[in-house]
Amino acid sequence: MSPRDETRTASRAGRWAPYLFVGPAGLLFLAFSLVPIVIAVALSFQDTATLGDGNWVGGDNYRTMLADPLLRTALLNTVVFTVGTVPTAMAIGLALAVALDRPLPGRGLLRALFFVPMVAAGVVVGVIMSWIFNPDYGVANNALRALGLEGLPWLTSPRTAMLTLVLVVVWTRIGFCMVIYLGALQSIPSELREAAAIDGASRWQRFRGLTVPMLAPTTSILLILNVVFSLQAFDVIYVMTGGGPGFSTTVLIQYVFRSAFADARMGYAAALGLLLVLILLVFTLLRQRATKKAEELL
Amino acid sequence: MTATAAPVRPASARAVRPRRERRSRRRGWLLAAGLTAVAILVVFPLYWMVVSALTAGGQSQSSEFSLWPEAPTLGNFTEVFATQPVWRWLGNSLLVAGVGTALSVCVSLGAGYALAKYRFRGRGLLYAVFLVTIMIPIQVTLVPAFLVVARLGLVDSPWAVILPTLFDVVGIFIARQFMLGVPDALLEAARLDGAGELRTFFRVVLPSCGPLVGVLVILGFMNRWNDFLWPLVVLQGNESLTVPVGLSTLTGNPAFSSPWGAVMAVATVAVVPLLVVFLVFQKTFVQGIASTGIK
Repeated sequence: MSPRDETRTASRAGRWAPYLFVGPAGLLFLAFSLVPIVIAVALSFQDTATLGDGNWVGGDNYRTMLADPLLRTALLNTVVFTVGTVPTAMAIGLALAVALDRPLPGRGLLRALFFVPMVAAGVVVGVIMSWIFNPDYGVANNALRALGLEGLPWLTSPRTAMLTLVLVVVWTRIGFCMVIYLGALQSIPSELREAAAIDGASRWQRFRGLTVPMLAPTTSILLILNVVFSLQAFDVIYVMTGGGPGFSTTVLIQYVFRSAFADARMGYAAALGLLLVLILLVFTLLRQRATKKAEELL
Repeated sequence: MTATAAPVRPASARAVRPRRERRSRRRGWLLAAGLTAVAILVVFPLYWMVVSALTAGGQSQSSEFSLWPEAPTLGNFTEVFATQPVWRWLGNSLLVAGVGTALSVCVSLGAGYALAKYRFRGRGLLYAVFLVTIMIPIQVTLVPAFLVVARLGLVDSPWAVILPTLFDVVGIFIARQFMLGVPDALLEAARLDGAGELRTFFRVVLPSCGPLVGVLVILGFMNRWNDFLWPLVVLQGNESLTVPVGLSTLTGNPAFSSPWGAVMAVATVAVVPLLVVFLVFQKTFVQGIASTGIK
């Protein structure tokens, strides 16, 4: 659309029309996004146990955060969870996409199968996986024992619970990464690949030298999305471990929920929530800068 | 998402390199076999859900186990439907997802149209502010949003679930991207014919938005059907729960000596409708989910 066309369209249009069309969205945004955010900021400076009126305590909640050992553990858990899930899911998704990009028998069916876990609700995934990884009757340990191995404690031990969660979340995520990568692969002109093949580049060289750089923008988008997904992952963890055993799988978002509803520290929960928003914003900005730098270098 | 046609090579090239061709075809089969093994692993948990749902006690009675239901029974289903208000949960989920999606798609279409096709004061700011909300996780606004809903007297009503999720940034974003592609000439022609703004939208713009509406409906319905945290907070009575929230109450429910059979039965009931929709509208489904990633 050229700017001139746009101006002409606008001059003919009734002046009220755009506001009418965007009005409902604007009102809903105001009532259920903006107002709650403003209240959240206000709450973060209050000390309130219930939903009633709290006392203004200035920056106390933020000072508490600095000295809170549980918060430190939650942040560490969040890092472990994110670093465990994001690169793994992306790598598997990329491998599947590359494998399924070329003509193969049963390719359509295979793509659909890899995608199926995306359809299941987080809660459904949570209960199925709790059952599969049940240490006494679960099929995972039954299979291990059938192979003559010892069963693992999975979700019941602080040492394996996080690993199990990472495994489950990666399972839900690979279909998404695969689909996005497949779309990007199909937009790489086939002449480029053929030219590289004629020049004698091996399959691996073509992958490293051609496919990976061409996919860089997609990788960058997927990275942001996956990190955001991981930072916001709640349902699966809530159902499978509730943050335990002990505190071993309590990630930041779980800690926010727990502070608000189990510990009844609404003000502190609001402050923690804003910390999470800050982390998300910083990450997005860093990522954008990195992408821009990479573009300048090229 | 069906397979696209294999690149056709001229017959002469094939004749020149028969051995290489044969080797690459064998490799193709090997790869397909490997991928099939991975695919079985990926689908197994859902298969296992169905098997457990069809087995008495969900196979938790003994350490013996079988990979398929040896004596399939609907006992788990009849038990859980008799003791828990599962039909109510399904009805609530259908209401929340159906009405919520219908209204939300309308909101998104309108907003997307305004942001794509009109120039008005505050457009850029409004769009930027909308997009920022993608970064704000629901847990941050959970308590305040609950306060708002409580002030409106909606706690425990389906509207408490529906209203706050009607504003859907991703939906608005997808709608705007699509509407940018609607040719201005089309709108101009309608206006020259004397059509008003509303008529132009409903008679000219909307009819060309079929694929967009498909994506928005499927995506919106799936997200609402699967939503958990917000319904968990605003719904309280057992009768008013949605399926995912109801399901989450079952694992620790003392009413069942061994809850797994019942849990897997309800999990099956929760997933199967979406699986059917997915299989029927696979292409729109995948397109929809992919379009949330292409920002």
